[in-house]
Amino acid sequence: MNTAQKLPTGQIEHISGQALCLPGDDIDTDRIIPARFLKCITFSGLGQYAFYDERYDKAGQPLAHPLNDRPQASIIVAGANFGCGSSREHAPQALLYHGIRGILALSFAEIFAGNCNTLGIACLSLSFPDQQAIFAALTSNPAELIEIDIAAGTVTLGELQLQASIPQSMQGALLAGSWDPLQELLEAKDLVLEKGQTLPYWRSFQHN
Amino acid sequence: MPKNCFEKVWQSHEVKKLWNGQSQLQIGLHLIHEVTSPQAFGMIRDRGLSVACPERTFATIDHIIPTKNLQLGYEDAMAEEMVKSLEQNCKEYNIKYFGPKSGSQGIVHVIGPELGLTQPGMTVACGDSHTSTHGAFGSIAFGIGTSQVRDVLASQTLALSKPKVRLIDIQGQLGKGVYAKDLILHIIAKLGVNGGIGYAYEYAGASIEALSMEERMTICNMSIEGGARVGYISPDQKTYEYIRGRPYAPKEADWARALEYWNSTATESSASFDDEVHFAASEIEPTVTWGINPGQSSGINGQVPELKDLEGSAKASLEEALSYMKLSPGQNLRGTKIEVAFIGSCTNGRLSDLQEVASQLDNHKVAAGIKALIVPGSMEVKRQAEALGLHEKFLEAGFEWREPGCSMCLAMNPDKLIGDQLCASSSNRNFKGRQGSSTGRTMLMSPLMVAAAAIKGEVADAREVFSL
Ligand code: SF4
Repeated sequence: MNTAQKLPTGQIEHISGQALCLPGDDIDTDRIIPARFLKCITFSGLGQYAFYDERYDKAGQPLAHPLNDRPQASIIVAGANFGCGSSREHAPQALLYHGIRGILALSFAEIFAGNCNTLGIACLSLSFPDQQAIFAALTSNPAELIEIDIAAGTVTLGELQLQASIPQSMQGALLAGSWDPLQELLEAKDLVLEKGQTLPYWRSFQHN
Repeated sequence: MPKNCFEKVWQSHEVKKLWNGQSQLQIGLHLIHEVTSPQAFGMIRDRGLSVACPERTFATIDHIIPTKNLQLGYEDAMAEEMVKSLEQNCKEYNIKYFGPKSGSQGIVHVIGPELGLTQPGMTVACGDSHTSTHGAFGSIAFGIGTSQVRDVLASQTLALSKPKVRLIDIQGQLGKGVYAKDLILHIIAKLGVNGGIGYAYEYAGASIEALSMEERMTICNMSIEGGARVGYISPDQKTYEYIRGRPYAPKEADWARALEYWNSTATESSASFDDEVHFAASEIEPTVTWGINPGQSSGINGQVPELKDLEGSAKASLEEALSYMKLSPGQNLRGTKIEVAFIGSCTNGRLSDLQEVASQLDNHKVAAGIKALIVPGSMEVKRQAEALGLHEKFLEAGFEWREPGCSMCLAMNPDKLIGDQLCASSSNRNFKGRQGSSTGRTMLMSPLMVAAAAIKGEVADAREVFSL
């Protein structure tokens, strides 16, 4: 667990680091962060609870789990529909505070990927053979560094160079450092007021 | 060109195109609750921002509220702090708060429609993935993360990529004892839990038209379980009748204007879609999940799948599901012993769900040793149910009758499974650990099927148990 860590800021062109493998499809956000840890009013303490029920036994003793075995890893390699289930941003926030900066998966659940985008966690999709190739390479050398090139959409580890895919909107946002959209949304303030005039229901909720 | 409802609402709410190709979409109704909003308020405070349209944001508490006597207060200090934080934020930013004292508290997706806040042709956002529920009214509703809750608070807009639209057409009528829940579980099983990624689902066809508004909400609610972030039903007369007269419904002259607008947002005949799928309602049986995602289900007369025909990752994921669920390949679903029965949630915690169950309970008792609980979706549902005397039938049959909230749907409050208890549940998720115990097991089904399981102590066909 990396506690005193730097969160992503600005332009993100490369992500490199060790990786951990989470095989299996449909890893849902209840597994990434069990509901009882949603009781918080800030996100910063969540890193220690990522995948908690799989990482610790009932007595709180650590189990063999990729997050425990490779605490320094900053990249996750996973299966299909990663992050499905609840929209809780606690899930990507827990991964972020655990130190995760990039996720390579066969596919992503949409709300989860959007949440990651806003936090500056890159989500790239892999083909099945490429995912298997990474799993195999990491099985023989678990400490192998992975390098993700956001502009090229490539993933390199050792001899392997693989092409991954990333939605254009996410790629552009990471490269430009504008993955947090709020500033741009706020700039349209006047347009929002005008839009309100055109929507027949906009003035309908008056407080009693 | 004739357009579908999604296309029209998206267009009329698009503020501008963002430089990355996404759209900035204006949000007509923002609902917030205690779990995903406190951090968002923290973020706007940190950046020195305020709430752009407090009059279009409404708050309630649902996820962590205890469902036993509220007078006793919270056993859990953190839960109490989250509620206090929500109350404080609502006060500070002048946001209408439907707490327990208002008499209108309840699960956010139950109270939005109940108060008449959810309306056709509106965009809706809430920091909860079941926001798709509001799509039952022909609104386009998005489940969002906390940073996006921040975006809506600060700007009343969201940055979104436009999804494609898939028509899900269901012809024919559902058989006796077959409900909206069975229909949506069937759709999810057929299209897959990730089949809807990148899509908004429009549900249509004779069997959807025949559903009540509450049943339509059950359908739209579980769109996200099929991977679709948005699910909706084009508005019709039933939609308007449901809204009429509710506290936030348009009144008098506004009503006629609203109707005109609502009608103009409906899907036009021969509108085109990016994709279409067709189902026959007559194929659908009471449906039960046996696995650890909502797509792993079968009709009540079915079996847990066999491993032998599978290989690779399909086989591995079935093995994982069965070892977690402690079920064997080929095992009949009927007769699976349960320990807990839960009726409630934003999927099936509305008045009509409770009425359907109550109407069948005469001369039936919950089997010995089964913990069975019924949790109304809102204070209003509770009042109406009690006015009809439904609670007496529940209590007499051996069910507990609780205060409104999310309760055992996600077990953030004290209602939790213990150890590897197996729960027949009317909620929407059967993920590992979902109901509060890391080894707890969930089988999803309709409320009446949950009642049948509670009475028999095992998964059973409600049509036989209640001689439907
Ligand atoms: S009832 Fe369940 S699914 Fe619905 S809002 Fe509450 S926790 Fe979420």
